[in-house]
Amino acid sequence: MRALEFLVQAKGVAGVVETVPSFRSLLVYYDPRQTDFDGLCVTLATLAEQASSAVLPPARQVELPCCYDPEFGLDLRAAADRLGMTTDELVRAHAAAEYLVYFVGFTPGLPYMAGVPERIRLPRLETPRVKVPAGSVGLGGTQFCIYSVESPGGYWLLGRTPAPLYDPQAEEPTLLRPGDRVRMRPIDRAGYDAIAARVAARAWRPSIT
Amino acid sequence: MIRIVDPGPQTTVQDLGRFGHLRYGIPPSGPIDVRAFVIANRLVGNPDGAAALECTLLGPRFTVEAACAIAVTGADAPVTVNDAAAASWATLILSPGDRVRVGAARAGLRLYVAFSGGLDVPVVLGSRATYLRGRLGGHAGRSLKRDDVLRLFQAPLPRARALSASEIPPIDSEPEIRVVLGPERERFTDAGIAALLGGPYEMLPQSDRMGARLTGARIAHARGHDIISDGIALGSIQVPGDGQPIVLLVDRQSTGGYTKIATVGSFDIARIGQVKPGQRVRFRAVDVPEAHRLRGAWEAQLAAVAGGAVAAAPAA
Repeated sequence: MRALEFLVQAKGVAGVVETVPSFRSLLVYYDPRQTDFDGLCVTLATLAEQASSAVLPPARQVELPCCYDPEFGLDLRAAADRLGMTTDELVRAHAAAEYLVYFVGFTPGLPYMAGVPERIRLPRLETPRVKVPAGSVGLGGTQFCIYSVESPGGYWLLGRTPAPLYDPQAEEPTLLRPGDRVRMRPIDRAGYDAIAARVAARAWRPSIT
Repeated sequence: MIRIVDPGPQTTVQDLGRFGHLRYGIPPSGPIDVRAFVIANRLVGNPDGAAALECTLLGPRFTVEAACAIAVTGADAPVTVNDAAAASWATLILSPGDRVRVGAARAGLRLYVAFSGGLDVPVVLGSRATYLRGRLGGHAGRSLKRDDVLRLFQAPLPRARALSASEIPPIDSEPEIRVVLGPERERFTDAGIAALLGGPYEMLPQSDRMGARLTGARIAHARGHDIISDGIALGSIQVPGDGQPIVLLVDRQSTGGYTKIATVGSFDIARIGQVKPGQRVRFRAVDVPEAHRLRGAWEAQLAAVAGGAVAAAPAA
């Protein structure tokens, strides 16, 4: 999907207004004054045949600090119990993996990521929370997400990142992009507060290479 | 400058919208009734996309501190200038100190107030539109409050004009909304499709700029109501497990995991957006070529009304 989206943008397909990638589809908005439905379908089908990860530019590597303190990781203990491991083992497994941002959406800047190690996969919570704080790091099935703004949510909360995934005052309000490769770096509670203070002062950026 | 005396329940600064950011989860925003918005701008001599106000159910009270022109369009509501009745769908030339009041909508839901020159708020990601949930754009990323002061770009006063009665878009009491079935048509039973197209559905009060929530005959799914999350178009009709349709509008979430039974044509977004809570709508299915023809007719009509588009954009 990301390769197809990249090709649509790179070729400047006439009439395409904007695109929204997701796990298994690409939503293409078009202007019917500039192209017609059938013609656009043919063009997209041709591009879909050429779409492979080989056409994509190199991914960005993003490292985000994450505090797995029980104050933030509201479901850490329950998740570890259910998986039959200690909380330390769960944190280590979560922080050791590299995650791929498939798409960004639902709320502004919320990354839907794949790459959750098989041994820490859990079905979503049976009863979603009405309010999940921004920055909460959540696991649900094969997916990993970070809540970008306070919103309802049904993922198991393991911790929280002080990194601003959505900042409406920033030049670029959203931090992550489709295709980014993300790792979590465990920090303690004091480390969280220190980075949160710098974020509030607009004096902190995550490591992006 | 204009000073807000009473903003009404939800009054926001909008322009024609913020495009290209849905892939980051940021919706276009902009007016729900594009035609009424554009006509308001044309009546005050502005380019179609100049920033203006969108109000829900009840308009604002404000005073103007310099001579300017305004136009009120959209829902049918009383307008007064210094307590004297004034016309909607017409240029109103104001003097410094004039007091304007836009009252409660008698028919329709969304009102537009344009000002000559256009509202001078910062451009954020290429647009002056307010995205309320994201606290982005417009006036401080929020709806207007009492004592807010908004600046206008300098512009000469336009020639006063009024739309003729036949040019004013009608507000239907039970509009028939044209939809293209799909993209998940096959996830609904034939009885479910028949329920949607049989109607009527009643607008619920929890509707907002994100989505119009409707209630009526239950729409039956064929195999569950969840899909792997994918993109949501303007006008997508989601049907969650309760079988009640939600029409996604300009502040919609970019992706979602509920099945989508149909999509409202862009030419009918304004018509469903003008439906008040408690009022009813019906849906009729059209195919893609018919939807394109209706869109073309909608654009041709808009191109011709109120003297057509004014080309130049205001200075940023």
